[in-house]
Amino acid sequence: MDVLSNLGDGFVVAFTLQNLGLALLGCFLGTIMGALPGLGPSNGVAILIPLAFTLGLGPTPSLILLTSVYYGAMYGGRISSILLGIPGDEPAMMTVLDGHPMAKKGMAGEALSLSGIASFVGAFIATWGLILLAPQLVKIALLFGPAEYFALFALAFATLGGVSSTNQAKSAFAAMLGLGLAMIGVDTQTGVPRFTFGEVHLYDGLDFLVAIVGLFALSEVFIFLEHRHGGSDASTGQLKLGRLTPPLSMIKQCTPTMLRTSLLGFIAGVLPGAGASLGSFISYSMEKRLVDKEGTFGKGDPRGVAAPEAGNNAAAGGALVPMLALGVPGSGTTAVLLAVLLSLNITPGPLLFANNPDVVWGLIAALFIANFMLLALNIPMVGIFTRVLMVPPRILMPVVAMVSFVGIYGISGSSFDLLVMIGFGVMGWLLRKFDVPLVPIILGTLLGNTMENNLRRAITIDNGDWFTLFDSPLALTLWAIAIIGFIMPLIVGRVVRRKMHERGDEEGAISD
Amino acid sequence: MFVTATRGLIAATVLGVSAFAAQAQDFTPENPECIAPANPGGGWDFTCRQVGKELQDLGLIDKTMQVVNLAGGGGGVAFAEVVNKRADDNDLIVAASSATATRLAQGAYPGNTTDQVRWLASIGADYGVIAVSADSEIETLPQLLDMIKSDPRSVSVAGGSAVGGWDHLKVLIAASAYGIEDVRSVKYVAFDGGGEAVTQLLAGSVQAFTGDASEAKGFVDSGDIKVIAVLAPERLEGDFADFPTAKEQGVDAIGANWRGFYAPGGMSDAAYDAWVKKIGDLYASDEWKEIMANNGLAPLDLQGADFQQFVQNSVSEIQDISREIGIIK
Repeated sequence: MDVLSNLGDGFVVAFTLQNLGLALLGCFLGTIMGALPGLGPSNGVAILIPLAFTLGLGPTPSLILLTSVYYGAMYGGRISSILLGIPGDEPAMMTVLDGHPMAKKGMAGEALSLSGIASFVGAFIATWGLILLAPQLVKIALLFGPAEYFALFALAFATLGGVSSTNQAKSAFAAMLGLGLAMIGVDTQTGVPRFTFGEVHLYDGLDFLVAIVGLFALSEVFIFLEHRHGGSDASTGQLKLGRLTPPLSMIKQCTPTMLRTSLLGFIAGVLPGAGASLGSFISYSMEKRLVDKEGTFGKGDPRGVAAPEAGNNAAAGGALVPMLALGVPGSGTTAVLLAVLLSLNITPGPLLFANNPDVVWGLIAALFIANFMLLALNIPMVGIFTRVLMVPPRILMPVVAMVSFVGIYGISGSSFDLLVMIGFGVMGWLLRKFDVPLVPIILGTLLGNTMENNLRRAITIDNGDWFTLFDSPLALTLWAIAIIGFIMPLIVGRVVRRKMHERGDEEGAISD
Repeated sequence: MFVTATRGLIAATVLGVSAFAAQAQDFTPENPECIAPANPGGGWDFTCRQVGKELQDLGLIDKTMQVVNLAGGGGGVAFAEVVNKRADDNDLIVAASSATATRLAQGAYPGNTTDQVRWLASIGADYGVIAVSADSEIETLPQLLDMIKSDPRSVSVAGGSAVGGWDHLKVLIAASAYGIEDVRSVKYVAFDGGGEAVTQLLAGSVQAFTGDASEAKGFVDSGDIKVIAVLAPERLEGDFADFPTAKEQGVDAIGANWRGFYAPGGMSDAAYDAWVKKIGDLYASDEWKEIMANNGLAPLDLQGADFQQFVQNSVSEIQDISREIGIIK
């Protein structure tokens, strides 16, 4: 088979001592960067670009190093989500929902290793998808015009109710708040600044990394400060590690979840502009709809950990498809990788597979190698990472605060962003007091702009005709799923909600 | 073989000596620094990094250029920083492009103007193209503009910049050169980057694409899109040589997305002249020619006072057209 022989050639390219070493280095650095709150895959890759250039690496080794960092960061993001309840990067946000409760139940080891396996499954399936389907998948991306994108985002928000297990009204409020925050900045469709108050720092809008670190990490610090005399700290008290490998029954229980969400995440990744965050978001809420019969999602259900991790890692692989085949980045990180490719004199696009087969197949082989390395690195290293839990909060919290400030300042070099981050920290602290979930706020901020832009593009193209939104079979299908996803829980969910009430609300908003 | 090696050696020696002489007679930056007013990965970032690397490789600076990313406000944060805090820094240069001039012209950097900094030199230009999908019935630029003239609602033009941004302005410059009076009627749809805009062209959501030659290159090579006009004074070299300019088709429109640098307004004359010369030497080198060819940059050779004049002219041109479409009053 043609594909397999190409892949074989790719492995020949990748299997040199130098390339293997670079992959290992990339995986390790990537995992650490992903785990640090604030540093996500896109900054991780960006930070290492100068390294790749100063080492004088050729195109293939550079790409191997940088994509290993990319995959590594996608793995690493889950670590702080699970252990601290602070997402390491945007796509790992959904992992907080069930991962952190699992850790609080004394199952941190299981949660970490299970999510490592889920990450592996997602990335592994996505890499195969990339190989087999890359040229054909481009056609899927071409089915999505602005109207279809808007329907897709509407679907994501219509199923939002599934994300928050506590109070639907509060999560709707949080999503609206996020959408409102997304309005800040220059409106690309008219060039007019909105809500910027003449402050040039706000022209580009709020950086969601700043928002995430402020809302999650700093508010955690504030809550700790508030409780420091009380002695008992709900979120970071003494936790048990649990075992370091998940029991077979848990893996078995999660396997269908992982397979479904890998597929879903992969498709979300292939669509330019949707990316890994949407992948893990849709994966989680769909899976909750499908299998959460007892209302255990959000309370430490292993499937709630496996779903977003498989989904976001699959999306990371999927995002490489439009980048390689169309030259259109599917996510922030692939945008950085695209810039690297261009500077290495490789023009991604329809002809890349024909013109630079060594680069493409070497890269794909490297993805496989990186994936196995990450699995191997992550399972034994679970023990090391869980030691973080043993650090008493009075030491851990100042470190969290320090990493937040240094991380954000290191990325943007702007003290204004630090003030915005503190603002978000205070806001996060207040919202937690009111039991308002934080995740929908970030989702609103993250997806709001793209959603609005696609709506306005669709309307502009059709000269102000709103019916354009329901014009194609694909758009209609997406709308149908969105409506069903929105209405079903209102009818079926009554029973579930009663059960949830019986279980009580012991988690509070932090689990959101 | 021996001869070329010797020649190379002589050339290197001469270059080295002249570089040395230039440094000896006047200013040498102690800690050369380049601000890229955007996040890593963008055009400005690569302008800084590539130029920094080549300056060092050619021996024009002794130390590694430190690249600082100062993102925000579409370059406005960096501009304000340079004007307010680092106005007399002799070691600092800042990456700029047509986008910088566009935003200055439209007052998108609150309180800042072109004359608050010193414009150093350009390092090349990316000429604009207008393209349609390969299976489109439209063959020439006048044909497209006629369609817009008779029914502006029938044609959507997609580009990678915001409304009022450079991709938008290019199409308006062409429309106004063709005699379309109400350029506001031209339907422009803003996407996040040229790649996304081309994808929507291929998907059939829009009818035409306005962008830079380098953005279109991959799709031209694959035969997916058809370039109907290049907004350059003359035909471009290489792959784009087959495509007619707008001028050939009777539409006198030129749209160049230039790349270059500015320096703090209070930079000493000695330092300014030294930087202008260094970037000029870089521009003249064969290594840079190769980088330009690889990155789809066309020649634009302007230094010092010429560049200053060029930027001022393009700012006032952009102001005129922005006023016409109501972006500024």
